[in-house]
Amino acid sequence: MSFPWAQQYEPKNGLTKFLDEKLPLPRLVYNAVGAGYPVPRNLSYFWNFGVLAGFCLVLQIVTGVVLAMHYAPNTLVAFDSTEHIMRNVNWGWLMRYAHANGASAFFVVVYIHIFRGLYYSSYKAPREMIWLLGVVIFLLMMATAFMGYVLPWGQMSYWGAKVITGLFGAIPLVGEGIQNWLLGGFAPDNAALNRFFSLHFLLPFVIAGVVILHIWALHIPGSSNPTGVEVKKESDTLPFHPYYTAKDGFGLGVFLIIYFAFVFFMPNALGHPDNYIPANPLSTPANIVPEWYFWPFYAILRAFTADFFFVPAKLMGVLAMFASILVWFFLPWLDKSPVRSGHYRPLFRKFFWFGLIPAIVVLGYCGGAHLSTTTILLSQIFTAYYFLHFLVILPIISLIERPEPMPYSITEAVLGHDPDSKLGPKPTTASPAKA
Amino acid sequence: MIRIFGILTGLLFTVAVLWSFIVDTGAAISEPAPETAEEKYHLYPKGPEGGFAHEGLFAKWDTAQLQRGYQVYKEVCSACHSLRLVAFRNLGEIGYDEGQVKAEAASWQVPGVDPNTGEATMVEGSPTDYFPKPYANDIAARAANNNAIPPDLSLITKARHDGTNYVYDLLTGYREQPAELVEEFPEAKTAEGQYYNPFFHSLNISMAPPLTGTGQGTYGEGNPEPTIEQMAEDVTAFPAWTAEPALVKRRQAGWAFLLFLVFATVLAYFSKKQVWARAKGGDVGEASVKED
Amino acid sequence: MADQAIADNEGAAAVVTEGDGVRRRDFINIAAVSAAGIGGLAVVIPLVSQMSASKDVLAESTTEVDISSLQPGQAIKAVFRKQPVFVRSLTEAEIAAAESVSLNALRDPETLAERTVEGHTNILVTMGVCTHLGCVPLGAGDGENRGEFGGYFCPCHGSQFDTAGRIRKGPAPTNLEVPEYAFQSDTLIRIG
Repeated sequence: MSFPWAQQYEPKNGLTKFLDEKLPLPRLVYNAVGAGYPVPRNLSYFWNFGVLAGFCLVLQIVTGVVLAMHYAPNTLVAFDSTEHIMRNVNWGWLMRYAHANGASAFFVVVYIHIFRGLYYSSYKAPREMIWLLGVVIFLLMMATAFMGYVLPWGQMSYWGAKVITGLFGAIPLVGEGIQNWLLGGFAPDNAALNRFFSLHFLLPFVIAGVVILHIWALHIPGSSNPTGVEVKKESDTLPFHPYYTAKDGFGLGVFLIIYFAFVFFMPNALGHPDNYIPANPLSTPANIVPEWYFWPFYAILRAFTADFFFVPAKLMGVLAMFASILVWFFLPWLDKSPVRSGHYRPLFRKFFWFGLIPAIVVLGYCGGAHLSTTTILLSQIFTAYYFLHFLVILPIISLIERPEPMPYSITEAVLGHDPDSKLGPKPTTASPAKA
Repeated sequence: MIRIFGILTGLLFTVAVLWSFIVDTGAAISEPAPETAEEKYHLYPKGPEGGFAHEGLFAKWDTAQLQRGYQVYKEVCSACHSLRLVAFRNLGEIGYDEGQVKAEAASWQVPGVDPNTGEATMVEGSPTDYFPKPYANDIAARAANNNAIPPDLSLITKARHDGTNYVYDLLTGYREQPAELVEEFPEAKTAEGQYYNPFFHSLNISMAPPLTGTGQGTYGEGNPEPTIEQMAEDVTAFPAWTAEPALVKRRQAGWAFLLFLVFATVLAYFSKKQVWARAKGGDVGEASVKED
Repeated sequence: MADQAIADNEGAAAVVTEGDGVRRRDFINIAAVSAAGIGGLAVVIPLVSQMSASKDVLAESTTEVDISSLQPGQAIKAVFRKQPVFVRSLTEAEIAAAESVSLNALRDPETLAERTVEGHTNILVTMGVCTHLGCVPLGAGDGENRGEFGGYFCPCHGSQFDTAGRIRKGPAPTNLEVPEYAFQSDTLIRIG
């Protein structure tokens, strides 16, 4: 741990002394999420979502393991075994609704976590690795969620599997071969269902592994904070426990109230009715849409309708959809502004709130709506903005923007003054990020 | 270097998608999509006046209604529609006692095996059996129904948008096809063997109006008159139950869960407040929010 | 957890007012942590009970067996709760053999009359599950080894049962279990 004032773990009784010598697990926990981890004292509630995301992962693994005890990955019985869980298994309906809505909750939490990172530029040095690992986690989540949605083998499951694997069919020359390899056949069937089940079970544990790396990387520089000013001294921080455990406990309570309101009172609100119809390879639903958390990306995919020189429209759409996420990997090097927090970046802030956020909301709407001329034209405009924002606007505003005055330290941001500040209460120059 | 490469990539995608935009806008102007009969005449379901007895955050099943709905299903719908996810034993959940469940099960013929010859045959149902399918397979179902497969009803109210209201409105929504519709969209004219129903997605449905109001049996004593609306409401409530048998239990468990969670969260809030009171300078989390 | 933490941080934390305030505050922390604990325990209930028998399994808890074609000396196997059940029609000689044994000589003393239904003492209904470790004993099928006592013989560890299904030799601790059953008619048995 990098802060010299971090509290040190001291085993108090024989058992903890024994453990500390043989397997210092209590020390690890103490330094990771206990009193031994100093955290900036000015974190807002937006910093609750990391812990919430971890909670969602555990929730999904627990309910998922339970569901796997009753589910049968075979096209003949998959749909019925899901209904068996809903009708016959004790509390099975709760497990399934908790898992299905848990996926949505996980994405809500992770999206807020990501957009917090985007607004406060948490991806900047020295935290690039945390961000990169985070994007890896997000990609793994998308794969896991997609394969999980196939398992009930309803109409949307089947056609989702067909359409998403069809994306790979857009790749020139080898595309069809890759699609057939992914499915283990010419169309989704037992082979595909079985491997999706296997991978859907495996990937969450891979995610858990990357989450550990994500947290490990976080503990090297420590948490970022709403001012973007790095921690300078002890008065800038508070021990994670009890301050942030208490705050996270309250945040978890609020999260659970909203989550369980969905699970118990509108469990199918976020799902699609067609998935209560058993898969039928001979009949396509009127409007194939993925789950809501994929809608913005689906809108980008559907926005490309015309061949672009020698690139077919289908390939262009697939490339754009993958690029729309892969671009996040390059953010730390695209946005070179020395100031992190959007609080002190007037131009960046405007583009964030009046450009990026509306673009993603409209893309999300268009991705879930029935295909029409209006939704296509809208998604085309906002797809253009999406790419411009990350690849053109961000690099340029980081060159031309004049940041607003920043506090000297976190202590000053919280208390209004800092005795160590030599420049007085409101310094005018931005304190640059650690090189 | 990364930034130059990024800007070029960004411009490439932008130009490509704007090219699509130009092509599509041109197409939309030169040949706007024609209006269809479905867009103009399709109606969204509203459901019966006053809603269903089981709707609402505290509502319970009206078992008398579910039993009437079961009766209508048995006497009318089951001729064409299966209910394959429901077992006779489940009827115990809508107010039938053990003897009645057995008697109901025995009143159905389900596929079985002759114990002496091993040949397939039909036997009396027992409580553990599931509702039998009216057709051996999809081909038989199509052949008997003007090339349309009558859907299974076990999940029908969850398998359609706004399903409960949809089923009710579909059952009561049959009417004469408006003359102006045929005039405007001649190709949408109701075909032979089909029936006009504005609640159906394609406006023309292969199912004949199933409820006629008269001559379809009577409800037992103490029950309302079997009008079309009453029967439609009853026979919609029944599959609403088969689709979600745990509905009432779910709501009850939900209230217990939520009340406890609200209580625990209030405690957590005060606990958090008191922990943070120790930090010099007060609740810094809130201070930073104010600063925004 | 949180109250523990407050104890830990008593020294480090800056301002703690003494007196009633401390007690009230401690109470809130203890209450919050207890509530979290209760919530956690409540979640365990569905997680554990989902593993017990589901509704469809519980519903399949009766079996009917038609014995109209069962001849003395023969046995038939039926399935009851996914386990074999043996229905055996005893010959006169087998009944006599079973009744001639002294109860004192038995590991698990029961008479044939106690193991059958009144009026149908010639029909022996037992589970086809050895009480030792759950193998299916031989003796119900034609030509199978019936063991030294003419009843059933378990091939796994050599338990020998007599014509009343009672343990006579070998490791099994008790007689073959007699499930609950009743005669619906002279030729129809309902088990369970």
